[in-house]
Amino acid sequence: MSVAPAEVERPEAAQEAVPDTPWVTIVWNDPVNLMSYVTYVFQQVFGYSRRKAEKLMLDVHHKGRAVVSSGTRESMERDVAVLHGYGLWATVSHDK
Amino acid sequence: MTAAEETGDVVQGFRRVRRGGVTARFDHTQAGIIRALVSQVAELVGEPAEAPGAPQGGGPGPAGPGNPLADLADLLDSRAPAGPPEDPALARLLPDAYRGDTEAAGEFRRFTEQDLRSGKVAAAQTVLATLPEDGGKVSLSAEDGQVWLRALNDVRLTLGVRLSITEDFAERAVDLDPADPRSAYLAIYDWLTFLQETLVRALC
Repeated sequence: MSVAPAEVERPEAAQEAVPDTPWVTIVWNDPVNLMSYVTYVFQQVFGYSRRKAEKLMLDVHHKGRAVVSSGTRESMERDVAVLHGYGLWATVSHDK
Repeated sequence: MTAAEETGDVVQGFRRVRRGGVTARFDHTQAGIIRALVSQVAELVGEPAEAPGAPQGGGPGPAGPGNPLADLADLLDSRAPAGPPEDPALARLLPDAYRGDTEAAGEFRRFTEQDLRSGKVAAAQTVLATLPEDGGKVSLSAEDGQVWLRALNDVRLTLGVRLSITEDFAERAVDLDPADPRSAYLAIYDWLTFLQETLVRALC
């Protein structure tokens, strides 16, 4: 018996969707902001669930940075301005 | 980032009360420390927090016989900060919104920095207005609690820069000579960290 060679077709859908508006808000790690506070801010500012906010917070903490939102340049600048109001270290970036 | 350490202290910090508000009790010294530090942050980012009725004069005189367009250009320029502040603590409170793009960062700063400064001064003023000089019980709505959270955070960010706080700061603090003037500020920083942690928990 033999087994036909597996011709696995790569599903197109698995490819990452390319957003139309590749601007992102990045939050950077810093030694002062409290983990609980950062989680709280993500929930307040973006309306994220506690689970999602905590995951993003831990990404910032362990990886040094995390993308916390994406969209138009204008909306990313709004997000960054709000995050600066909360004392988070945030930047706008063009996600090339 | 950092996590507040559990302190088995008698200090209570903030706790939640009915209808979503929060409350805490401060003694005279604690109230004085918080009031002094939020006032310093307000002075750093804007006009003095306790002088809303300060006289408007005192600046350079009116345009006079000079070129009015040049004066206007000066005026606009003075209100158009482009680079990050030189003071590292102020630069942390008012950070660049773009990395590696000074033009975009300057443009963003020109349009948003004044609002950011005003918001931080307003937060400091809310703390001063709700915290009695002699201390005592402070009861805050959830909304004011969130404003306190931002004001306390700005104080911690400022102290963090001044004291060169790092993520392993707890270990460093132990090594510090008690005679070092920074050790008192580190103790205050530590207490504010605890206070902010209790406030976050009370608001969640």
